[in-house]
Amino acid sequence: MISILKTRILKGVVTRHIDSKLTGQIGLSGNELKSLIKKRFGRSLHIREVDTGSCGACESEIISANNSIYDLQRFGINFVASPRHADCLLVTGPVSKNMLIALKKTYEAMPEPKFVITCGDCALDGGLFKDSYYVCEGVRDILPVALHIPGCPPSPLDIIQVLLTFLRKNTQR
Amino acid sequence: MASPEIVARIKKVFPDFKAQSVCQFYAEEVVLKVESRDFKNTCLILHKILPSPVMMLFACDESKKRGSFVINCVFVDFKNSQWIIVSMDIAQENPFFDTLAKSIHSASLFEREIWEMFGIEPKKNPDLRRLRLHDEVWPKRSYPLRKDFKLTQAENLSDYKFARVEGEGILEVPVGPVHAGIIGPGHFRFSVAGEPIINLELRLGFTHRGVEKLFEDKLYTDVVGLSECVSGDSSFAHSLAFTQASEKISGVTVSAQASILRAIFLELERMYNHVNDIGGIAVDVGFSFPHAYALIIKEAILQLNEKLSGNRYLRKVNVVGGVTQDMDETKKRLLLDSLKGIKYDFNELVQILNSSVSFMDRVDTTGVLRRKTAEDLGVVGLVARASGIPTDLRKYFPGVYNQAKFKMMTQESGDVLARLRVRISEFEESIRLIEVFVSKLAKSGELKVIPGTKGGSALGYVEGWRGPVLYWLETNPAGLIERCKIVGPSFLNWQGLSYAVLGDIIPDFPLCNKSFNLSYSGNDL
Repeated sequence: MISILKTRILKGVVTRHIDSKLTGQIGLSGNELKSLIKKRFGRSLHIREVDTGSCGACESEIISANNSIYDLQRFGINFVASPRHADCLLVTGPVSKNMLIALKKTYEAMPEPKFVITCGDCALDGGLFKDSYYVCEGVRDILPVALHIPGCPPSPLDIIQVLLTFLRKNTQR
Repeated sequence: MASPEIVARIKKVFPDFKAQSVCQFYAEEVVLKVESRDFKNTCLILHKILPSPVMMLFACDESKKRGSFVINCVFVDFKNSQWIIVSMDIAQENPFFDTLAKSIHSASLFEREIWEMFGIEPKKNPDLRRLRLHDEVWPKRSYPLRKDFKLTQAENLSDYKFARVEGEGILEVPVGPVHAGIIGPGHFRFSVAGEPIINLELRLGFTHRGVEKLFEDKLYTDVVGLSECVSGDSSFAHSLAFTQASEKISGVTVSAQASILRAIFLELERMYNHVNDIGGIAVDVGFSFPHAYALIIKEAILQLNEKLSGNRYLRKVNVVGGVTQDMDETKKRLLLDSLKGIKYDFNELVQILNSSVSFMDRVDTTGVLRRKTAEDLGVVGLVARASGIPTDLRKYFPGVYNQAKFKMMTQESGDVLARLRVRISEFEESIRLIEVFVSKLAKSGELKVIPGTKGGSALGYVEGWRGPVLYWLETNPAGLIERCKIVGPSFLNWQGLSYAVLGDIIPDFPLCNKSFNLSYSGNDL
């Protein structure tokens, strides 16, 4: 216990201040954004992630965006276990034929209002796997996609930045 | 032609053995070409005398060149640091071969794969259900890895038949393909009697993207990026295995500097994944503090990766012929300094876990994979080492690891704790290895050789953090890839998981699963 406390004092707060980096672009502090999310989504934005054939790097970065350093939760954005609890579907990977039904069913299971975000280059149009015999067209041909987060894989900062910019645009209306 | 020693060893058991040809293009690779009637016997004997599981068993469509299919079966001979490849031709009309799976369990999945991808029937194999081409979406008698494959309309669809456990009080619990966490898709079907799991059937293939076909007809210098995207958390191991195979074919020798750099990056990849899993094991018993701590360490390593190589997942570092990134004095200093901090944090993490009685209670004797079971299934890599099987390519095919006196880590008990302990000691060993490697680096050296394009075939092998990543590559004289067969460690180890959970309760499944932490995409290809 003493050692944990010692480390805590020595390390200080590890969570990264993202606002200063982002203010230039979105001109908004984390707190204001939080209140905007609160206005639009009641309390907070809940995201359900679905992997439709990604290599696992996008998942790894999304998990990283939730770690103590990037801490996506402080903006009121949560990842949930069931599509029933979600406002938003986050899709990674090219759509493998095997996942097409599962993807559609997950989307149908979500309550309205809902929207879809794609994450990573593969999810846009198949990326590297575009020409494969087993990959369907991009996610946007299957579901209405509201936002794309580019990168292979996008870094946690990219993910947070794109998400926050998008939310600001859509919540200030 | 001098016959390699292995032929004499086979002849001792099988006096009539006659190979059509014995080739040894590369020192550590012996190719035995045999008649199709001798194939099964030769494989069974090699399996027994080496002893080795079937590391790879795959088909190639050589109908254009020779009017036949070829089947290759790869074994590993740890004692002599050699790969033994048994190869046979199969006629194109009604292709079939005698199943090995009844005698060698580790061949079973490979045979199902050959059947679905090429339509070559493993005669008398009792289980010919498809692995990756799901019956619900893919037509029967459509074999995508054949050269004359054409995409057809999906008709004639059917369902997958799960093994059923029947009896009073037996309950079936289907899980997936979409799971609760941020993780890949797969379907698990548990049969439980009361609380204990009595059967677990895995159905994977949900992330199948047809990677092997995508490699075909591309120049091998152009598709390193594709190999990096086979399994995202093993990007470096996959690209290294691929480039190694390509380098063997094109005949270039990688400089000493590049080999050491590759080893450093490989160990960095092992470190961030091991610490991630250690945190994962903790959070799966509800112990979230060490998880948060582990993710901070993982992030530190990922950021270190970015500073050293320009990419968090070490992508775009490997090229055929060498590496793109050198390590100057400032980077060396940065690496060594960061490692010091990481080591300190990691010791703290281990201490927190070791001093928690309730945590230890959960991981001890949970999810036991016995050594005998592991051997029969042909389980490889970290999981095998935790079950007491001494197998690590870094030890038996050392290369630059010779310079650092690599020490293999094994445990005997085969439970979650054993896998946790192997991870912990491998993490510490990786730090030591990197420190030695950095001291061996020259100030600057040749980083890459420009490879020519050549025809041929070769095996690339790397001990990634999960286990051996194997690439078998065949190219034509213009350097275009004819066949690229990928076998990741997850392919065989998923079977191990379905045996490890037997007798445990479903709430322990996430824990067992995390202690294996297998790749969905690396298995599904």
